[in-house]
Amino acid sequence: MRDPNNFIPFSGVASRVGFGSGPGHVAPRLPEGGLRRAQNPGFKMKSLLGCALPALVFGLAFGAPEARAASGDTLREVKARGELVCGVTQGLDGFSLAGSDGSYAGLDVDYCRAVAAAVFGDAAKVRFRPLSSKERFEALKSGEVDVLARVTTWSMSRDTQLGVIFAATNYYDGQALLVPTSLGVSSAAELDGARLCTNTGTTTELNITDYFRRNGLGFELIAFEKSDEAASAYEAGRCDVYTSDASGLAAMRLRFANPAEHVLLPEIISKEPLAPAVRQGDEQWLNVARWTHFAQLNAEELGISSENVDQIREEQTALAARSQGNQEIQRLLGLGDDFGASLGLPKDWAYQIVRQVGNYGEIFDAPHGPGGALGLARGLNALWTEGGLQYGIPVR
Amino acid sequence: MTASAETPSSGPTRAASRPAGSLLYDPKVRSIFFQVALLVAVIAFFAWIVQNTTANLRARNISSGFDFLGNTPGFQTVTTLGTYLMDVSGRAITYLDVLKVGLINTLLVAVLGVVTATVVGFVIGVFRLSSNSVLYGFSTIYVELLRNTPLLLQIFFWYFAALRAPWVPDARGRVSFFWDSFHFNITGLYGPYPLPQPGFDATLWAVALGVALTVVMRWWARRRQDATGKQFPIFWGAVGLIVGLPLLVFLLTGSPLRWEAANFVEDGPVLRRGFQKGSGMLLIPELIALWLALSLYTAAFIAEIVRAGILAVNKGQTEAAHALGISQGKNLRLVVIPQALRVIIPPLTSQYLNITKNSSLAVAIAYPDFFSQVQISLNQTGRAIELIVIAMLVYLTFSLITSAFMNYVNSRMKLVER
Repeated sequence: MRDPNNFIPFSGVASRVGFGSGPGHVAPRLPEGGLRRAQNPGFKMKSLLGCALPALVFGLAFGAPEARAASGDTLREVKARGELVCGVTQGLDGFSLAGSDGSYAGLDVDYCRAVAAAVFGDAAKVRFRPLSSKERFEALKSGEVDVLARVTTWSMSRDTQLGVIFAATNYYDGQALLVPTSLGVSSAAELDGARLCTNTGTTTELNITDYFRRNGLGFELIAFEKSDEAASAYEAGRCDVYTSDASGLAAMRLRFANPAEHVLLPEIISKEPLAPAVRQGDEQWLNVARWTHFAQLNAEELGISSENVDQIREEQTALAARSQGNQEIQRLLGLGDDFGASLGLPKDWAYQIVRQVGNYGEIFDAPHGPGGALGLARGLNALWTEGGLQYGIPVR
Repeated sequence: MTASAETPSSGPTRAASRPAGSLLYDPKVRSIFFQVALLVAVIAFFAWIVQNTTANLRARNISSGFDFLGNTPGFQTVTTLGTYLMDVSGRAITYLDVLKVGLINTLLVAVLGVVTATVVGFVIGVFRLSSNSVLYGFSTIYVELLRNTPLLLQIFFWYFAALRAPWVPDARGRVSFFWDSFHFNITGLYGPYPLPQPGFDATLWAVALGVALTVVMRWWARRRQDATGKQFPIFWGAVGLIVGLPLLVFLLTGSPLRWEAANFVEDGPVLRRGFQKGSGMLLIPELIALWLALSLYTAAFIAEIVRAGILAVNKGQTEAAHALGISQGKNLRLVVIPQALRVIIPPLTSQYLNITKNSSLAVAIAYPDFFSQVQISLNQTGRAIELIVIAMLVYLTFSLITSAFMNYVNSRMKLVER
């Protein structure tokens, strides 16, 4: 909602419902002729009230049944379109936030740029589509976006029932509780009878309900549609606790009038592996999404960053000519066997990712990343070699 | 087909100009054909949608069905009339329960909104016709301001105005009024809760008896007026029967009603202070804000409808009434308003329907109405189509019942021609 150029709400609906295609119809038709994407900037619809949802439900109803993505479809479509469409948040510090000039920045944004770098060799060929938490899965399923990198928790029901599939965890988060210091509470166990503010459309209300029921604590849940209103009501004192993902709370706290009056409780009450997702049925595209993340992890592990990648590549090229040097680095940077072809990508896919976007540590600690913008420590997101959970699957 | 038997009767002069008995040109046959064709097309269209949707859902590994309604939802709502009426203690709460809670909450805010909007709308509408420039100016500003700003904005305005007003104390404080029987703070408006004691039944029976006697009295008064021309003060009689009689019974039975005050704790751990859950009667700020926003917004529209209705009554009617010696008050009650209502009621129906439908904006400020419960359930179960169908059916039913009732009122009010 921050960038009118990038935000084309439900541009696909008009054509999907079957009343003709829009004027500026960009993507080629799928071979089966089912889901088509059309850009029609004149067709705007307020997502409030979820009026989008019925529209998307009908979109699903009218789409031809054979329109399910088959392996290779998405990559072909993205290449033909000349840009990647990436679903991101409507504004969350550290993950995806639009600047005043309409550019996006954050961990998820950098992930999307890395995918674009792998596919096109150009990290700029990506269009960001801000999505509310309720729209996101429908937007992905209906082909509105190619990748959903929107701080989305990977869970079994989402993986198996929604028609989407998660690629890899790019941020290990957990749900936490923010309370005013004036409450004098130091642990979640003291919160019996508390009023909780949260926002709907995510797993937060489910987790908090589970946690309070499990611990036999009474509570009242005040569930807002959007996190902005929830935070505003919390700040006004409507509730005692505001609960959301720890990263989101850290971002929200910075926006309060007086951040020092609020404190995060030590308990992390849920596992929130935030992961990019793609449509089910297109394994090739799933691989592209998954290996983009692993390439960034492997690059960090091997000490390759955007600054030294050209130098390392030169050294290794020279060494490879004599069958020497670090095989792992050579495979990753496309100097040995061609690992890009099996993904449908150029041989230097991972090199482009690292050169144009950086390794995982770089995008985490970038000024706009979770480390820079929110001051969050690597914690669980450190590499496995440093006691974290980020473990790059080997390229071989 | 009876239509084919009637074909020759389509007119001897016209039939002479082309082959007799041509079914193609028979208007009756043609109309039946087109009706049947349309019906088949509509049925086929919906059958195709259903078939296509299920095929799509299967192809995308999306589960469907209504079995989820019996599952336990992973959320619970803030205390409202809905949660109070739907007591689920002692058994597992289900999605069906939370939907019912939402249903009650939607009905509550819709009924409150309709009543308030009607009262405010009528008053402002009459002000709009006032020759008093203060009343006229106020009502004009009111209508133009509220009618021309988005409802969602007004909901946010009332909600955050209420939450952030400096005179509203936080959750641990309170402001009391009406001799300490009512209190408010940021968590809501608290009042005493009536607990009926044994013997209270008599008062309820007295109310029923009062209503029945009023009906009889009205019938008797009308007959007497027709026969003798004498009038009976029906209004005061009704007040006496419906309010006075039960009050008398209530006092005679020893006032069997206990008022349970809201329990306020002032010391102990900070979190424990303030009003305690489940004591007294509570109006949450979300309900108050939604109620205010919906009624004041709709009242602006109703005011214009009322103004139009009153202006639609010819001035000659009033002059004729005055010429007959009918007083100003009776003129309004017996001549102007009955005729104005004929114009007012049809558009008023639309406004009532709007209140119910607009109440679904509640989710923005966390009032647990039906649509917000649907949305949360939808997110937790992923059954988008099933829940949206339920939501559409519920709002459709509400709207149809409202318009059926208003159509009945309209038929009672419309001009009876002799």
